[in-house]
Amino acid sequence: MKKIEAVIQPSRLEEVKASLKEAGIEGMTVLEVRGHGRQKGHTEVYRGREYAVDLLPKLKLELVVPDELVEAAVEALILGARTGKIGDGKIFVLPVEDAIRIRNSQRGAAAL
Amino acid sequence: MKVANRGYTSRFRWPRLATLSAMLAPSDTSTFCPIFAMMAAPAINAGDNAWMLVSTALVLLMTGPGLALFYGGLVRRKNVLSMLMQSFTAMALVTVLWVLIGYSLGFAPGNALIGGLHYVGLRGVGALPNPAYAPTIPQTTFMAFEMMFAIITPALITGAFAERMKYSALLLFIGLWSLVVYSPMAHMVWGVGGWLSLGGSMPTLDFAGGTVVHITSGVSALVCALYLGRRIGYPREPMPPHNLVLSLTGACLLWVGWFGFNAGSALNAGGLASAALVATQVAAAAAALIWAALEWWRSGTPSALGAISGAVAGLVAITPAAGYVTPLSALVIGALAGAVCFFMVTVIKSRLGYDDALDAFGVHGIGGTLGALLTGVFATRWINPALGPGAPLGGVDGHWAQILHQLLGVVVAWVWAAVATLGLLWLVDRLIGLRVSREYEIEGLDVNLHGEEGYHFE
Repeated sequence: MKKIEAVIQPSRLEEVKASLKEAGIEGMTVLEVRGHGRQKGHTEVYRGREYAVDLLPKLKLELVVPDELVEAAVEALILGARTGKIGDGKIFVLPVEDAIRIRNSQRGAAAL
Repeated sequence: MKVANRGYTSRFRWPRLATLSAMLAPSDTSTFCPIFAMMAAPAINAGDNAWMLVSTALVLLMTGPGLALFYGGLVRRKNVLSMLMQSFTAMALVTVLWVLIGYSLGFAPGNALIGGLHYVGLRGVGALPNPAYAPTIPQTTFMAFEMMFAIITPALITGAFAERMKYSALLLFIGLWSLVVYSPMAHMVWGVGGWLSLGGSMPTLDFAGGTVVHITSGVSALVCALYLGRRIGYPREPMPPHNLVLSLTGACLLWVGWFGFNAGSALNAGGLASAALVATQVAAAAAALIWAALEWWRSGTPSALGAISGAVAGLVAITPAAGYVTPLSALVIGALAGAVCFFMVTVIKSRLGYDDALDAFGVHGIGGTLGALLTGVFATRWINPALGPGAPLGGVDGHWAQILHQLLGVVVAWVWAAVATLGLLWLVDRLIGLRVSREYEIEGLDVNLHGEEGYHFE
């Protein structure tokens, strides 16, 4: 089992959901986050006072998948989230020790 | 304005002082105003009264929710309720003071500076008109209309001490300010016998409150901002408005309410009210466009905050002129107000470094001053023969000396507001302290002063 964390542009969520579904991935958690990598922020001006906004709104997707689906999931995320511009985001893949379905205490891949 | 819009009022003279026995007499107007007995019974006009009742409601709408939302959206989220509460407090507190003594100090017969005590507790203020001010509506209506002006004026100041003033200090300051600054200023400019009124030798033309409302509140705001000092972190930390949707909603309510403020100041439902309404609309529109355009030019984008700030600046500047100028003059006044206030707020303020958090001075003080002076240029007898048939009003009528009269009114309003506000701030500071603790300011006023939060999103 692997956990995939993907930080994406908020505007790409629908595309990413569609491509993940296409790849057979079910279930995800979406968080509204703020952050930045190499992308520069923007400035906002209120009555002449300029504010640099460097932490930009992003979405973070978290999904846990069986090992054999990891590559397909990563491909689907790239397919849905890529625009080719700075700020498209990052994908991280982490090992997962165990998973438990709360409803019936199933464990491991069966719980996904 | 008000008094002077009626030609026959200037010759009217109130008794100078009430005797003690008259003050203690039962509430019968004729006891201490014998003039009433000699005049024909004034006729109430139902149309006038209907319009003035609506105008009264419209002017209250300007403070709550208009100004409350406009200001509330501009502060940080942690202080939104404190900001709304300051405007709301003015609605409640000034109403009580106005009934008890404020109206009397503004509009009862008195001397050149302040009204007397004849109308304390609204004694004698009833269904009969007060022909010195508004001969076709009950004096009760006139009193209520003026009450709404007394409410919004101190509420405007709260923009200067946003996010750092103690609530107890606010209560005391607004209450004292209303009686010490507002009522006398209203009497000087609008009251019968007031030394700047149209009956005097140096009449200040102020149709709906450019000096009485906007200069006094704007200059007091500047004094408050300087006395209180900057908010913690200003100007180093970003303090962007937390909800411009609220501010835009509030600005639109202010704009609508301003029809009551300016057109209502005709004190009847005749052609003058129509002229004032159109001038108001035109000036607000011109100023909104100019402010947004200048912003577009300087920073690349025309902002919603810029457009609504411009509209308010135009409404402020047209206030003293509304019932004296043509629609095209209103266009010029609005455009100039949008430009001048834009540079004041976005360029000059940051160079001077004072923290007038919501620009009460930059918009109301500067816009009010500009409007008062431009009234001396553009006021014309063709719109309003306020000084008698054929008498010229402003520069466009060939009477350029009116600008000097306007300047006198401006200087008096500046000095009176600045000196009195400084004294009151010092007094309140000594008695209970003005500013919240550092911890309270950082954590926010809503939780610490009011025990609640503006937003609980589940």
